[in-house]
Formats: sequence, structure tokens, C-alpha cells
Amino acid sequence: MKLWIIVVTSLLMFLSANTVAGSVDTYQFSKPEYEARFHNLNKILRCPKCQNQNLADSNSMISQDLRKEVYRMMEEGRSDEQIVEFMVMRYGDFVLYKPKVDNTTYFLWYGPIGFGVFGFIVLGVVVIRQRGKLMDENNAKEGDQLSQQEQRALDKILNRNK
Amino acid sequence: MKRFVLFLPLIFFIGLGAFLYKGLFLNPKAMPSALEGQPVPAFKLLTVTKGDRVVTNADLVGEYYLLNVWATWCAACKAEHPYLLDIARSGVSIYGVNYKDDMVAANEWLTRYQDPYQFSAFDVDGLFGLNLGVYGAPETFLVDHHGIIRLRYAGVVDTRSWKVRFMPLIEDIKREIAASNM
Repeated sequence: MKLWIIVVTSLLMFLSANTVAGSVDTYQFSKPEYEARFHNLNKILRCPKCQNQNLADSNSMISQDLRKEVYRMMEEGRSDEQIVEFMVMRYGDFVLYKPKVDNTTYFLWYGPIGFGVFGFIVLGVVVIRQRGKLMDENNAKEGDQLSQQEQRALDKILNRNK
Repeated sequence: MKRFVLFLPLIFFIGLGAFLYKGLFLNPKAMPSALEGQPVPAFKLLTVTKGDRVVTNADLVGEYYLLNVWATWCAACKAEHPYLLDIARSGVSIYGVNYKDDMVAANEWLTRYQDPYQFSAFDVDGLFGLNLGVYGAPETFLVDHHGIIRLRYAGVVDTRSWKVRFMPLIEDIKREIAASNM
């Protein structure tokens, strides 16, 4: 039994090691800073075919092609903005992991801040109101002192019930 | 009035709930196409059936036509193929884009399953596909008389999608042509 587990585990390890090795394509960069930019772009660009992977993560055919394009354009000396623009022209805003700020995404970007501000306003209004109520009650206490006549009348009633 | 204010959070919550509930049933793969309303990107490629014939945008002609991205490695393309033959027989021009494929295999495919295409451009490195914003096959584009892409459809074209997605736009294009001729 134990031996069997060892065999299966080592087999699995071997297989997974193989798939990892398979997904690495190597690029030779003419300038050292290109490599960092290349990895950064692969991180912020989303694979159009897959739902939740960026280009660096995905080994689908389209991701491989797009990585190649990123590399090619970079070696041509294009800027990051130009490369991102190239992708957006073809695949739409979908390829950007970080959505652009425009008409359709204002709510997405500023909604949470809006909700927060709204919540604080409501909280403020409630607090101020409660405080006002407390003050009114305090004021009322002072003004509510019974007159001597009333006090005597009250004492009478209380005594009668004894 | 005061009572009503107390119900506001509940109403807001129900609204938000309805909104998010609807979101559960949206297709996450539906991608807004960047190329709809844009002209067909420039290309210059060989054709599959005649290895020495060079085709460009000038070879795409017709009042409206389909640009169908296919490949022999694509299983869904096989499912789509008979329907494409039907469409071609009904008189619609279909141009093929043979996407990242092998020329011999592609020719075998066209011989075995018949050829619905006016020609198939041989896009071996997938660059034309990339310019079209293709991320897989099959994908079908509807192009109008001005060479403008009117629809990008990712997935298998069948009776239903043809009727629902393509036909209304084709009617629109026909109306536009009729209006411009008057």
C-alpha cells in the first residue's frame, strides 16, 4: 500500500514537472530592460480565450501568439502604451485586467467610494439627530420642573394612595 | 413618510439583489467585439487550394459576405461545415480564413467535406486572425458592401444563430443598399 502511494505520487510529480517545463517559451531580449517590460505586459494583458488568466499564466495557442506579438513589437521599439493599444484595437477592453476609466466604468471605479461617502453622510445625520434629541431631553428636564402648586397636588395624590 | 424612509435600505437591497441575480445568467464569454464597425484589416495571403494564388482585400467582393475562420484541428468547425455549405448554396459568398493550419490537411478537408468557400486564405502564422481579433475557431464575420465588419460571431453557425444574429443584419445591409441606389 505504502509503495503504491509512493509510486503514484512520484508519477504525478513527474507529470506535473513536465507540463510546467512545456509552457516556458524562451525569448532573447536585445535590451535587458525589455525583459521586465515584457513580463509586466504579460501580467496586465488578459488571455482573450480564457476567462481568468493573463498572458503569462495561459498556455493556450492564442496566448502564445500574443506573447510572441508583444515580444515582436517590443523589439521593434514600440512603447508599452502602443502595445496595449494594439491589443485593445483587436480584442477590446476585455484584454485589460485593469478596466479603463470611461463612461461605462465610472460606476465601477467610483461606486464604492460613492457608497462609502453616502454611508458616512447617513451615519452623520443619524448621530446629529440623536445628539439633538438628547439635548432636547436635557433642556426639557430643566424646564419641566413642577411649580409649587403642582408639587403639592402631586404629593396629595401620592399620599392618598398610601 | 418616516416609515417610508425606513424601508429604503430594503428596497435598495432588493434592487441590488435583482441586478446581481441577473448577472449570474449573463454569458461571461460574450466579448464585446472591437472590430464591429471597422473595415476588414489588410491582408495578403496565399490560398489553400491554389498554393500560388495571392489574395488581398480587393478579392473580397459582394454586397455582403461572410468571412469564416476555420482550421482542420478545430472540432467545432467540422460541426459547422454542413451548415456553411447550405449557406453557400443559398447564394451567400463565404470567404475562408484557414487559421494556423497545415495546407495539405486543409486541402484534404475541403476535398472530403466539399468546399463552401470562394477561396480560403492560408493564414499559417495566424497574423491575419490576430488582426481580426480572432482567439479561436470557428469565428464568422459578416461584412457589408463597404467592407465594414458588421458582426463578429464566435462559435458554431447553425440555423438558430443564422436566423437570430445574421439575418437581421443582412436585411439591414440590403435596405441600406436599396436606399443608396434610389
